[in-house]
Amino acid sequence: MSRAKTVLILGGMALGILGMAYGVWYAVFAEHQALDGIGASLAQSFTAAAQRNPGAADHAMANYREAKYAYDRQVDVHSHWLGLSMLLIIVGLSADGVGYSEKLKSLLAWCLLAGAFLFPSGVLMQTWSHGTLPRMVAIAASGLVIAALGFTALGFLRRETA
Amino acid sequence: MASPETLITAPSDPARDFARLSSRRLLVLAGIAMILAGMFFGDIFAIFILHQNASRVGLSLASAANAALAGSVDGVGAGFAATGSFLENRGTKVDTHVHLIGFGYLALMLAILQPWVRLSEQVKRRAAWLFISGAVLLPIGVFLIHYIGLAYSPLRAIGWASIFADLGGLMLLIATAVYLLSLRSNRGTFNTAPLLPSATAAGRYLFAGGLLLVMAGLIHGAFYAGVDLYRHEAADYNILSRMSLAAAAQDHAGVDAALDDYGQLQGDKAVKVAAHAHVIEFGFLAMLLAFLQPYVQLGNIWRKRWAGVLLFGSLLLPVCVLMELRFGLVAGGLADFGGLLVIMALLAMWIGILRYTGQLDATGGEIQ
Repeated sequence: MSRAKTVLILGGMALGILGMAYGVWYAVFAEHQALDGIGASLAQSFTAAAQRNPGAADHAMANYREAKYAYDRQVDVHSHWLGLSMLLIIVGLSADGVGYSEKLKSLLAWCLLAGAFLFPSGVLMQTWSHGTLPRMVAIAASGLVIAALGFTALGFLRRETA
Repeated sequence: MASPETLITAPSDPARDFARLSSRRLLVLAGIAMILAGMFFGDIFAIFILHQNASRVGLSLASAANAALAGSVDGVGAGFAATGSFLENRGTKVDTHVHLIGFGYLALMLAILQPWVRLSEQVKRRAAWLFISGAVLLPIGVFLIHYIGLAYSPLRAIGWASIFADLGGLMLLIATAVYLLSLRSNRGTFNTAPLLPSATAAGRYLFAGGLLLVMAGLIHGAFYAGVDLYRHEAADYNILSRMSLAAAAQDHAGVDAALDDYGQLQGDKAVKVAAHAHVIEFGFLAMLLAFLQPYVQLGNIWRKRWAGVLLFGSLLLPVCVLMELRFGLVAGGLADFGGLLVIMALLAMWIGILRYTGQLDATGGEIQ
């Protein structure tokens, strides 16, 4: 059996399960609270403005920014884990058509899987820390996915022209 | 009649792989139907609701800002209640569209994986029905959230529609986990791939085109994250903050300028995110359909034509969505036309697969 195929199909399915489990958890325990927080802080800010209290308006707006920042990333994590899991499975199903050695195909498969797991993980980490490390993880992992997919596409072309 | 290409590339035992009410047939037909339903819903939403709703959101936000300007706390509350309602209306409709299509893709993928699932046909079929039921229940539940709200709900923040939507998600999770676990126990037999995308010319076009679309979407996404994302987030905060502070200072001109900037920002964000999401989704769709081409019982030339139509529409829609801010309704109309082309091509392929299943049933599993 092709190791690359196993890594991509089983890894993709596992990532899909992770993305769905995260989505169910998020919908039940976090999403409604997050949306309430966004709406409430925005309303508080404008209410404070109506009461001519710019300090309170500014404070509420800062809360809005934090809540919105986290919400956008949490939704992105769910959709990107699921999207990338589908990409892994589709590429895995057609791995026999990639014109590279088994060793190289296996390396590309691991790179794709690692990038697909780490890219949304880096985005999720941004909700816990605003430092540069989570951003670097997300950027590096997304670069890894794009590079590995580009090499895989070249491998398909190589097989087709061979 | 099946084309010679179909005869060469169809699975070795179509009667078993695609039998009446088999898990693979259920997942393929239901998967394409879900994608079609999601796309129809998306087009109707885009044409009749999206823009009107966006303008209502803008008006209600303006009404809240003007109430703050006038010092009316009640007016602010009323403005934001309306904004929240419009946003919930929009959000649940977008989620319905996205989830229907996403589950359709997942169903197609699970259908392709069925030969490797080491379970009895009865268990596979039950898992397929569980998947399909969850995939229908979740989007319907999400769609109804805005209309049912918290009526008769036993919980403070989550209504019955949300509860049923979450139940649908759980059903999907269980069905997918069942398939995954059986694949895990089947490590030795992945080489029996019956449906390589290179098996048909249309499949090759779709796979190569789909891969290019996904690559383009990933690169566009990376560009957006690097150039626009943080700028948009900072602008979102700055504009709303300016609006609020201008209202506190009773600065009419400041509030009006901030409202105008906010509308521009939302438009810029929406078209970039929509273009990124759509080009990748259409790429996935093309790649998945590449695997199913041997089941599309149409002449070779028509399979290639529909593949071309699907790829053209898949490129036209996101490109025109990106140009909507500059060219307005013309670009919007062309984007909708691109979506229509994708729907037509998908419908044609679905009909081709239905023809295949019809002949399979009529001949007792022998494709002539």
